[in-house]
Parts: sequence; C-alpha cells; structure tokens
Amino acid sequence: MAAAAGRSRLWAPMYSQKELTSKKRDEFEDILEERRQSSDLRYAMKCYTPVIYKGLSACKPSAIKDSVLQSEQLQYVIKQLSKEMGESTDIIQEEAIEILDEMGHNLHIGAIRFFAFSLSKIFKRLFQKVCVNEEGIQKLQQAIQEHPVVLLPSHRSYIDFLMLSYLFYTYDLALPVIAAGMDFLGMKIVGELLRRSGAFFIRRTFGGNRLYWAVFAEYVKTMLRNGYAPIEFFLEGTRSRTAKTLTPKFGLLSIVMEPFFKREVFDTYLVPISISYERILEESLYAYELLGVPKPKESTSGLLKARKILSDNFGSIHVYFGQPVSLRTLASGRIDRCPYRLVPRHLPQRLSEDIQDFVTDVAYKMELLQIENMVLSPWVLIASVLLQNLPAIDFELLVEKTLWLKGLTQAFGGFLEWPDNLCANKAVTSSLALHSNIVSLVNGQVVLNDVGMEDGATEDLVFKQALSILMCGAYRNQLLNVFVRPSLVAVALQMTQSFRKEEIYSCFNFLRDIFFDEFIFFPGIALKDFEEGCFLLTKCDVIQVTPQEILVTEKGNSVAAFLAALFRPFMEGYQIISRYLSKETKEAFTEKQFILGIRNFAFQLLETGSTQCYEVLSSDLQKNALAAFVRLDIVRRMKTTNGFTYTVNKEALNKTAEMFDSPIPIRKLVTARL
Amino acid sequence: MPGAPISACSASRPPQRVTSHPAAQHGSAMAAAAEAAAGSGPGSQPPAQRRLRILSGHLQGSPASRAPEAERFLSPSQCRAGGAAEQPVASTIPKKRQEILKWNGWGYNDSKFIFNKKGQAEFTGKRYRLSGMVLPVLKEWMEKTLGASLEHKITSRAFLNTSDVPPSIVNEEFLQDLRATKISYSQEAEDRVFRAHGHCLHEIFVLREGMFKRIPDIVIWPGCHDDVVKIVELACKHNLCIIPFGGGTSVSSALECPADERRTIVSLDTSQMNQILWIDEKNLTAHIEAGIIGQDLERQLGESGYCTGHEPDSMEFSSLGGWVATRASGMKKNIYGNIEDLVVHIKMVTPRGVIEKSCQVPRMSTGPDIHHFIMGSEGTLGVVTEVTIKIRPIPEYQKYGSVVFPNFERGVACLREIAKQRCAPASIRLVDNAQFQFGHALKPQVASIFTSFLDGLKKFYITKFKGFDPNELCVATLLFEGDREKVLQHEKQVYDIAAKFGGLAAGEDNGQRGYMLTFVIAYLRDLGLDYYVIGESFETSVPWDRVIDLCRNVKERIVRECKEKGVQFAPFSTCRVTQTYDAGACVYFYFAFNYRGISDPIHVYEQIETAAREEILANGGSLSHHHGVGKLRKQWMKESISDVGLGMLKSVKEYVDPNNIFGNRNLL
Repeated sequence: MAAAAGRSRLWAPMYSQKELTSKKRDEFEDILEERRQSSDLRYAMKCYTPVIYKGLSACKPSAIKDSVLQSEQLQYVIKQLSKEMGESTDIIQEEAIEILDEMGHNLHIGAIRFFAFSLSKIFKRLFQKVCVNEEGIQKLQQAIQEHPVVLLPSHRSYIDFLMLSYLFYTYDLALPVIAAGMDFLGMKIVGELLRRSGAFFIRRTFGGNRLYWAVFAEYVKTMLRNGYAPIEFFLEGTRSRTAKTLTPKFGLLSIVMEPFFKREVFDTYLVPISISYERILEESLYAYELLGVPKPKESTSGLLKARKILSDNFGSIHVYFGQPVSLRTLASGRIDRCPYRLVPRHLPQRLSEDIQDFVTDVAYKMELLQIENMVLSPWVLIASVLLQNLPAIDFELLVEKTLWLKGLTQAFGGFLEWPDNLCANKAVTSSLALHSNIVSLVNGQVVLNDVGMEDGATEDLVFKQALSILMCGAYRNQLLNVFVRPSLVAVALQMTQSFRKEEIYSCFNFLRDIFFDEFIFFPGIALKDFEEGCFLLTKCDVIQVTPQEILVTEKGNSVAAFLAALFRPFMEGYQIISRYLSKETKEAFTEKQFILGIRNFAFQLLETGSTQCYEVLSSDLQKNALAAFVRLDIVRRMKTTNGFTYTVNKEALNKTAEMFDSPIPIRKLVTARL
Repeated sequence: MPGAPISACSASRPPQRVTSHPAAQHGSAMAAAAEAAAGSGPGSQPPAQRRLRILSGHLQGSPASRAPEAERFLSPSQCRAGGAAEQPVASTIPKKRQEILKWNGWGYNDSKFIFNKKGQAEFTGKRYRLSGMVLPVLKEWMEKTLGASLEHKITSRAFLNTSDVPPSIVNEEFLQDLRATKISYSQEAEDRVFRAHGHCLHEIFVLREGMFKRIPDIVIWPGCHDDVVKIVELACKHNLCIIPFGGGTSVSSALECPADERRTIVSLDTSQMNQILWIDEKNLTAHIEAGIIGQDLERQLGESGYCTGHEPDSMEFSSLGGWVATRASGMKKNIYGNIEDLVVHIKMVTPRGVIEKSCQVPRMSTGPDIHHFIMGSEGTLGVVTEVTIKIRPIPEYQKYGSVVFPNFERGVACLREIAKQRCAPASIRLVDNAQFQFGHALKPQVASIFTSFLDGLKKFYITKFKGFDPNELCVATLLFEGDREKVLQHEKQVYDIAAKFGGLAAGEDNGQRGYMLTFVIAYLRDLGLDYYVIGESFETSVPWDRVIDLCRNVKERIVRECKEKGVQFAPFSTCRVTQTYDAGACVYFYFAFNYRGISDPIHVYEQIETAAREEILANGGSLSHHHGVGKLRKQWMKESISDVGLGMLKSVKEYVDPNNIFGNRNLL
C-alpha cells in the first residue's frame, strides 16, 4: 500500500513477527535477597574494582575538565562568540569554566560507599524484590571493555538512576556518569552526593545558549571518547508521568553518536534498559501534576518528608538490561562515510538530513527495545480490566477477565511476570493489597477509592474521581504500547464498519498519525505496523485476513471490543479536544491558555455527565494532542517573542473531527461492552 | 615507497636502448608494504644501494674521471643504429627474468626464508645484510602471533606446468610485420606467465596453486623509443591490446589481463630500454630510458657521482616508467620529492602519437600540466619511453637513527611537530607496537653474550627505568642525509623535538635495521604462504588530525572482520606512518592471518581487504597514496574523484586511445 513508502529504512523495525511469541528473555535474579542476609556495611566496604574500557587512558575528572576546556571544538566556539559579541575570549572562557563547574561530576569512592550503604537500607524497606537479568549484566560487562557504552534506561521514577548506579556497584561495573536535570542541585547534600557518585547536571533548557551547549556536548563526548565510564541518560528526557513511554528526545543521543560519526571511536554500544515498577513511588504525585497541581521543587527536605513513604510497600522492581546494540552495525549501509570528511572535525556543523533521520530512527528503535522488555505485573492487567468496568466489578469476574487478558497479553508478546506459584485468586488479591491506596474490595466488589488527599478539602468530586482514574490509568498505560498495533486495527474496524482492507488501513493510518506522540511507532513504516496488528489479531483468531478483506470472527467480537475500549479514553479525549478547538477557541492562544481552556471545558462536560472521559483532564494527553494537531497542520504554531502561539486551521480541524465522529464507532462500542 | 615496475634486460642482447612506459604498479604487496612502511628504505645505504656499490662500486673514480663517462652516454636515442657506438650497460635483471627471479614469489631465487633442520628460521643467499643469518625467535613469533605451526605446511607446486598455460593466439600477419621490425619477442609460456601478474596476494596464490584465465599472448622487448612507436603502430593496425610491463611489482592487479579480452594481448616489456642516454651536469638532469630499474639507475648514476634519490621500497625491481605510470613515492621524498617533483620531461607513445613537452624547464604555465595526465595513467594511455629526471650529487654523509616513544599517539604527535617545523629527515617512519615486536622477531642470532647483555640492559632501561610499557611503546626510524655538519645539526634538532614528546633516542643500529627489513619483509610473505598464513599490505594518505583515529579503526576493523568471517586465529594487523607532509601523512598497513580451517581463504581475504578500504575511506583517508588504483580499487574511483572528475579522465582516454589499444582496464 502506497502510504507505507515514507523514508526508506534500511533496517527493519524491531518487532519481527516470528520473534514475537517465541521471544526468549533472560531469567531474573533478586539482588535484595543477598542484601537481606549479609551486612550492608561490609557490602558498602567491599573491594570495588570495576572492569574498564580497553582503550581507557586513565584520568581524573579534573583532567577531563581541562581537556574539555582546551578542546578545539570548545575553543572554536569561544572564539566565534568572542568575535560576535565583542567580548574578550578570556571572559567567555571564564563563563565556560563556570558552566563546567556547575555541570561537572566527581567520583568519590567514599560517596559511593555511603550510597551503597544507605540505598541498601532504603531499598530493602521500600521494595520486596529487585530483580535483574544477570545475563544482561554479563553482556554489559563485556561491552564496557570493548567500546564506549551509552546506557539508555526508561524513566519512570527518581529511583531509576539511583537503582542503576546501585546495581553497577553491586556487579562491580564502572559507575555510569549520568546526565541529570539541574533540579537536583537544589537538593544541597543529595545533589553533592550525586555529583560525587558520578552525576553531572544539565539545565533543562538551554536551547539558545551556544556556549552552554558547546561545553556540555564536549564534556559528554570527551568522557565517551576516553571510555571514562558508561554514559547514562534518558531518551524520554523526563520521567513519564503516565507510565507510557514518552517520545524520544534527540539532542543528547546525537551528541553521543557524534564521536562515532567522526570516527573518533570505532564503535559505541547503546544499551536499552527497561526498569519496571510494580508500584511507582511517585504515583499520586504524578496524578496531581497531570491535573495541573504544580510539582513541588526537588529539595532535601521534600525528600525527608517522603520518609513516610518508607513505611509503605512498593512491591518489586524489574531491571532488564537489553542486548548492547552496536551503533556501527546500525549505521552500516546507512551512514557509511564520515560526513565530516571535507571539513575539520571540530567545526560545529548542522547534522545532515540523513543523519537526523538516522538519529531519529535509532532513538525510536531504542525505545521500542525498552518497551519490549518492560515487565508487566498482574496489577497492570487488573487495572486495565477495572477501568473498563467502573464503578465496580465483581471480584470473581475480575479474576476471570484478568486471566483472560493474561492469555491475550502473552499472545501479543507482552513480558508478563505472573506469580505462577499462586492461584489466580491469590495473585489478584495480593495485587489489590499492594495497591490498596487506589482500589479496595468491598462486599465482593472491587472499587476505586476516593484518593482525595487530606489537604484537598476544596477538591470536588470530579477532581477526586480523576485522580484515582489517572493513577489507575498509569498502570493500564503500561499495556498500551504492547497492544497499540492490534488495538488500532480493532478501532479502525469499528470506525469504518467496513471489510475492505484498503479502507481499514487508511483509517489505521489516520489513527497512527494522530497518536504518533501518544504511543511509540517506528517512523515511516505504517504498513508494517498495520500488518503487525493484523498478524497478531489473526493469530488470536480475532480476524481473518484475505487479500482484499478483513473479517472479524464470531468469537473475535468481544476481543476487538475490549481492544478498542482500551484505547477509548484517547479516542474520546482527542475528540473532546477537537470539539473544544472548533467551538471554544478564539484566534490565537498559548499552550497555557489551551490547557486551562480545555480543562474548564472538560470539567463542565464531566460535571454534567455528558462524558465519562476523565483522562482528557491529563495535561499529558492535552499536550500530545496539541503536538499532533500541530504536526498535522490542524493547528498552526507561530513563534513570538515569548514562546509560541497557536491558531486553529478550521478546515483541517473539521475534516479530522469528521473522521473521529463518523457515526458508528465509539458509542457502539460502549453498548457492546455493557 | 611504491614499488614500481621494473624491467630487465639481458646482457646478451646487443645495444638496445629504449625507454619505457607505464607499466606496472609498484611494489609487491608485502614488499611494497614493507617498503612503504619502512619508510624509505634507501635512506641509508639500504641494501639495494649497497649492492649497487658493491657490484659496480669499483668504478667510482674521482668526479673528474666520471665526467667523461657521462659523455659516453651522450649519443641519444638512435636505438640500434646508435648502438654501434657504445656497448650498452647491462641490467641486473636478465631478459629471461625467471633465470634469477622467482616465478611464484617475491624477489631473487636465491633469497628466501626457510626453516633449517634445527627448526630455526634462516634467510638464504648473499644479497642482503640478513642473508645467511639465523633468526632464532621468528618461529616463536609466527606461532604466537599467527597461530602458525611448522607441522602444518602447504607448499607451492615446484614448476610451472606449461600445459596449463592458455595458448598463445597471435595473428600471423602481425607476426610477419613484427619480424620485419627485428624487435625481439617471445611466445613461450614461461615468459608470458611471468608478465601476467603483479604481486597481489591473489596473484601469487594463483601461481602457487592454479592458473590465470588470461595471460599475454606474446611478449615483446622493444629496444628503444622508435621500437615502441613501431609496436604501437602495429597494434593499432592489427587491433591488438597492449599491456606495458616494467618491473612487475604492481600490487593493484594492474598487470592482470582482462579475462574477456578477445584481442591478442601484447605484453610490452620495457626492460631492454634501460640506458642512461645523457647526464646534464649544468642543469642536474639526466635523460633516461624508462625501462631502467631503480637499482641500476642509482648504481649507474652513482658511478658519475649522482643519484635521483628516488627510492621506493620496490626499487630493486621497479622501473622508472612504472614509477611515472603509477605516481610513485620514494622513501626519501622529504629531500628529493616524489616522482611528480622529480620529473622534468616525459616522452610517451600513444595510439594518437607521441606526447611530450617542447622544452625541459622547471615549471611552465601552459594550461593543465600534461605530465599529470601521464603520471598515474597506469598504462591506460600509452608507453612512457624516455624521462628526464632531476639528479643530485651523492650526499656526503648518511646517518641512521631511531627514537622510542611511550606510545603511538605520542609518536604521531612528534612526527606532526617535525612536519610542522619542516625539519623532517630524508626519511622518518613510525611503526606501531605490533610492528615493533615483529621487528624483534626478525633479529638475527646475537653474536656475543656481550651484545645480548647490552640488549637486555637497553630493554631494562626503557621499560623499567623509563616506565615504557613494552606493549605500548613504538619506534620511529630516521635517516639523515647531507653534509656531515648539517646532518649532525639536523639530527640534534629532531632529537630535541622527539624529547618533548617523551621520545628516547634508541640508536643508529635500530634505525638501520628498520630500513633493511623493508627489503626482506617482502620475502616473508612467501614463507607465510607455506604455513597457511596469507598477508598483504595496503596504504593510504590522511590528514594529520585523523591519523590516530584512522590507524586504530582500520586495525580494529580488520580484527573484527576476521572474527566475523570465521578466521580462527587473531590476525596480525599493524600499521606505520611512513611519510610526513605539511598537511598529512602516509600510513601503511600490514595484515596477515592464519587461514587454517577456511575453505576459500582468498575470497575471505579480499572481503576483509575491501572492508579495510571502506574503513579507510570512512575515516577520511584516500584510496591510495602511491600504490595506485589498478583494477583492485577501481570500484571506489567515482566516489574518490567525483563523477565529473572521472568523466574528465575518460574523455582523455577517449581522445588518446579511442580503440582501447592500451586495454589493461586499469583506473577507469
């Protein structure tokens, strides 16, 4: 089908159909088990001699700073800036030193041991288990010796990088150097401790500051070239408040790829790491944030307040170290010649389109690899079922549906950790217990709690309801990237009410475009995504595919309905937003105005009961929708002196609204479910 | 560095002098590699030159007595007619090359590496400084580095089986015309096979175990420029294909006959055009027939007190015409320049006629320099017959030297600084650690306990006292030339710079050995081939700022490719910086591996070499610094010089040789 053409992609997407079900994943080991049996102090004082990169030229952090300052790259930018601004190079050099000091990391074995000790204590209290695939660790250990390594973990919690450094210490690996947001610097003691255990800090936004960018880029590259330590950063850029993988950011990734493009290193390994939490530490915080209650600034006292959290139980963590991916192998056949052959390598250059496309593809590939190895807990399934059966569901029915969903998830290639030693009833019960802040079992019925917090006297009912739904939704969301392809096919089937493959595909394509910021799709391969979805549905006997047609089977109806319902909050959310845009907005608006406006609009709808879609209140969904509309030219974005303003392209909006509002779909689903 | 073709002439033939033409590329693979790497071998009195001196050295009289000698050459090219006047000087290599050269390997029949009865390596013959010496640690090195074992031997067939050789198909009318010219020719299988190849690995492999699909049908030995004109005319008349042959040291498949060539292939062997026609002492130039080989040229000029200073590592065998045809580079280019700097005038016979400039001047502004169409044309346009080349008085003093650096990076930084200050000695080469260790493997048995004690002391000083890591350190070899006083001054300057980069002077002897090895290393490949080890060398040029990255990446790529292709033993993958320029350097790689357990070693080898070249290009290196393109590297020509660039070259070919008489299909 024509639409699939897009950019030519030399390497296939990650989810090959054959691998999906037979996918072998490594076994997990619980590292806390040993911690519970031996002295933390001795552990913290253990002999720590990590393996190092074979080409490492040993150097101190201060030597790294010097070589960054003296690098041709940075000196070039300093000279340029001095010419442009008429300042002396010394002054700019001073500035560069300041930036570097603010950013720089430091490694102190004392700080590391302190962390090792205290984190052991903390983790043992917070978590039941910390499970790690040791095979992945072994591969990583090998990789670290061969080539510079870049660690790309998923980002769901502040625990992420603490946990990774802790694991690296445990397994005697060189502690990663972490690009962390400057926010941490506000946390005085912790910030310094983090710095001493290898974190370096970056401002969240420095788009316009060339000096900052140059210092930062050179700093990262210098560490990478020296093979000083693995570099760690988050492709998603920030913690995902919704537990859905965020679309990748490319800046840092292109920096770490540059030494390879310039052939300053032979290769670079990219290691996707999936960190899955059975219960996320920040779960309620995130829900508040999504609803527009501003996030508290990170501070040490804030962290201390969080101490009460310590008495709580957060279940298990699974850390899966993916197979190290050779950048050279990825680039082979795509970027075969050094793009810097005809200019000195230290000159800053705009990335060519080829390279930009390549960086984009690598970023998506890495995120898809993360998703592939995210562990799904029983609770994820329970939350998904529950959200389709509000306000309450019979416990037995819940167990039954959860088991059914378990089968479906496995068929779709989801990585499920099911407590096989427990009967289904007990497994569900223990999950409910772990999440008793969100759900409770009342008279054989499972219901959502009112999560309204103590200090939230002013909160109305809608807000409370939204809080618990968003919290619950964050767990269901973990399922979505595994289900998105077959589900969008199911949605398309229902929207079009057609058998014609062509029509269904075009609807699928429309949905994929609209939701491109919401879920992770590898760019440019819509047809493959579609075929993938069809393949999975066929495999589960939901549909039959002929060359021209797609038919839903008798028993497939209920599955298709479930799949469509899974994505209904997004369908409805986007519909509401497009309705808001077509009716309520005046000429130009800012993102802030948009979010406030849509929030009020949605509150009204919810209060009057004309929608049940609480998730439209999520600022994440609102921002994604806006981004999608901008991308599809439904909303036009203009740069002004202070930020961006937006205007609606009514014509395009109407067309999209029509697509959404085609008479049949959503409502019918609702009835089907009831 | 590049090997250039060579030519030979038989002493028995009467005076023929002629010139040569393009021909082959240079250096044998390993040899060339060696050469290149070694830096310019000659610097000192490398073997070749030394040999020259020994052979003809007695003749050297006072400069005064030389002058008349020079005069003797002055009867220029009347070819046979003029021949009556003088007895021509005989070449070191006979017309029947197989009489003294190996037919299936590198160099002289009498010189080769063997394992003696005690299982120790030995280099036979008397020609080189290493000849007759036992090399006690070579065996261990081969076992350790390459996983070779004396028990696993695979020998070449001993003789050329003439019945395998493709028949000579030559049209009788042409033969009649040819006979009428009285130019010497041969249709014998041995002569034809000898000129069907250069010294690429695959070519030697074929000689040892198989047979070429296509070889020349006839070998012709013109004696002078006019003979060449006649031959080219005949070729045009009868529509034949001519492949010029000089010294046969090509390492770019340049001499390989296109398998689908249906026309008669003439191998035009320039070796009998080997006379110095005149020496002009006022302008310091000499006019020479292009078939002369390097060692003869330097020896004969030496008799008059002069030299060209052009010493590619293949200079024992490669020819002047071949140097021109491949854009050769000599190890002492820092003083004398590369071939393009040396040449003052070129005469080339093409199907369109003879091309030459009207005067012999140092420089002219008359449009693009036509010499640059000729240099590097690799035998695709015509035959270079006569060349006027710059000569210099033989330097009064030569001195070798060497410097040990703690690591390769520091060594490169030092070379860069020396290039920056433009004070490079005649030759300066930097070998990496693997090659440094390899050099040790070629150390002859030590004569006395005292020497071995001294060696031990030196080693102790460098590794223990100075803290150099024996697995990191690397060595630069140096050759200084000129007035004694200036040399000593120069030497001090260079050592002072080296000291700033942590370099320690490591003695003359090490330096001299380094250059000597250049000439024998080519022989080593033949030994390897006997024990399942195949190897080759290749080179590139690269800007200074990428030298380190390129060296590391290419070596690593080789190691990785070997692993992926199922090579069971880690390969020997090493490099050296062999020339320095203002803007960059020439880098030479050696690569060898043990192919036991691999069914198609040559194919695997070629894949790896291709990958290595890809890596070089990806790192901003060139397709070739001096080996040339031939057929081996044609696939990358377009990206190397752009579509338009390639089109320009094609249009020149189209004009000069519309019927593709010079059909070796190199380059384009």
